[in-house]
Amino acid sequence: MKLDINKIRADFPILSRKVNGKQLIYFDNGATTQKPKQVIDSIVNYYSNINSNVHRGVHSLSQEATTAYEEARKNIAKYINAKSEKEIIFTKGTTESINLMSNVLTDWIQKNDEIIITSMEHHSNLVPWQQLCKEKEAKLQIIPANRNGEIDLDLYEEMLNPKVKLVAFAHISNVLGTINPAKEMIELAHKYGVPVLVDGAQAIAHTKVDVQDLNCDFYCFSAHKAYGPMGIGVLFGKESWLKQLKPFHYGGEMIENVTFEESTFNSLPYKYEAGTPNVEGVLAMETALKYIDELGIENIKEYEDELLEYATKQLLEIEGVRIIGTAKNKTAVLSFVVNGIHPYDIGTLLDQMGVAVRTGNHCAQPLIEQYNIPGTVRASFAIYNTKEEVDYFVDALKISLSMLA
Amino acid sequence: MSIKEKEDALVGEFELFDEWMDKYSYIIELGKEMPMIDTKFKDPQHIISGCQSRVWLHAELVDGKINFTADSDAVITKGIVSLLLRVVSGEEPKDIANTDFAFLEQIGLQDHLSPTRANGLVSMVKQIKLYARAFLLKSMS
Repeated sequence: MKLDINKIRADFPILSRKVNGKQLIYFDNGATTQKPKQVIDSIVNYYSNINSNVHRGVHSLSQEATTAYEEARKNIAKYINAKSEKEIIFTKGTTESINLMSNVLTDWIQKNDEIIITSMEHHSNLVPWQQLCKEKEAKLQIIPANRNGEIDLDLYEEMLNPKVKLVAFAHISNVLGTINPAKEMIELAHKYGVPVLVDGAQAIAHTKVDVQDLNCDFYCFSAHKAYGPMGIGVLFGKESWLKQLKPFHYGGEMIENVTFEESTFNSLPYKYEAGTPNVEGVLAMETALKYIDELGIENIKEYEDELLEYATKQLLEIEGVRIIGTAKNKTAVLSFVVNGIHPYDIGTLLDQMGVAVRTGNHCAQPLIEQYNIPGTVRASFAIYNTKEEVDYFVDALKISLSMLA
Repeated sequence: MSIKEKEDALVGEFELFDEWMDKYSYIIELGKEMPMIDTKFKDPQHIISGCQSRVWLHAELVDGKINFTADSDAVITKGIVSLLLRVVSGEEPKDIANTDFAFLEQIGLQDHLSPTRANGLVSMVKQIKLYARAFLLKSMS
């Protein structure tokens, strides 16, 4: 189905603003996406009409808020095709989801055990495991990627052995745009009895996420990279796992019975949700995922792939441009460097022309160092971007390069 | 020329530019022209890291005045470094210690000194003042 992009653009109030006197062109969607008015309205509506603490009050308002909150959990579970809403834990976002896991898995990892990650991980899916390995005297093993930014599955299988206790990898790389062969990687790990955590931060708004089909044990994502608000995200975990792991934070809501000597803990998902949750965030995240669902994730992917192809072709025509991340299976992330020119300089000049891109190491320092570059310029697309914007961006880039030459 | 006079002269120079492009072309030109730091000072001891671009800064006291030399891997950062050094280099430590580089706001470049830019410039300004204070203390002791 063809999407009506002009109609979609009209849903995003921020797209009509100017930056440095120029029409904003927002190509920093890998960092965070803009929000449609439906999501903004959902937040206003929550505080105007429903606000009350959940799971506590006997009064009607609290019950209404609780119903909306739990209804959202069901819908979010449905969105990623989780078996049950008990498998949906609300967190602050991907980073907290991964840190939660690295905390509750401390007893699972022992001395000389191994944790496998890829060379293209965001620091959020690297540092927690690195630190856990240090603490437990375990080894962090890195699956290398080739020059195009693709994982070698044979090499990965060779790394699997009985000492491996966890595989953690990005569904989609935030620097290279590579869509990793998640299903195959998970299947291989399971062959060796190893559980798998998938960092879905870059995937949730750009490709179909079906946790039952993937058969991952844990899946993490943030709402704000999928048209939702900041400060809210999800940890999906298989019930069989979450049931046996220890709690993360202690406090209200996550307990069942408390005496001065002893506490027993609440059932899933509440065991992992201590304290008053971000109710407005959860409801707005539900709205955002519904927004994606109504457009159809397959339609979104098709359109974004078209944009990526269009932009890639034009960039390659500019002398000196080298694209970093040329995997066959990639999504709407376009990282590049230009011979002898620092990414910061390009980003600064593009900003003067109203184009918002990201520059630097994209919180993936070890990956950038492998390419022996000071960083990249990254244009990352979302559903409201257009070919006209790509044209303007390419012109602005040409102007920047001629100024810097 | 005093620091203040040098700042006023720079503000005057930038008033000639109506267009952002002219302004940035000038900064880029300055970045390319700036005398390089002696390569022996481009070491980890002299580096000021931002996660976007890096700056190297060296200072020495000659006849009671501080001479700064610097470099950056990004040319726009280097151009702005050159503006800052034009103002403070060759001045006395006590005057440098009291400088706040407010002229950057008048020429519309204050954004580059925002901590969120992570280009090394904020830390460089701190480092310039640290040098000034250190030389000041040394001269008093």
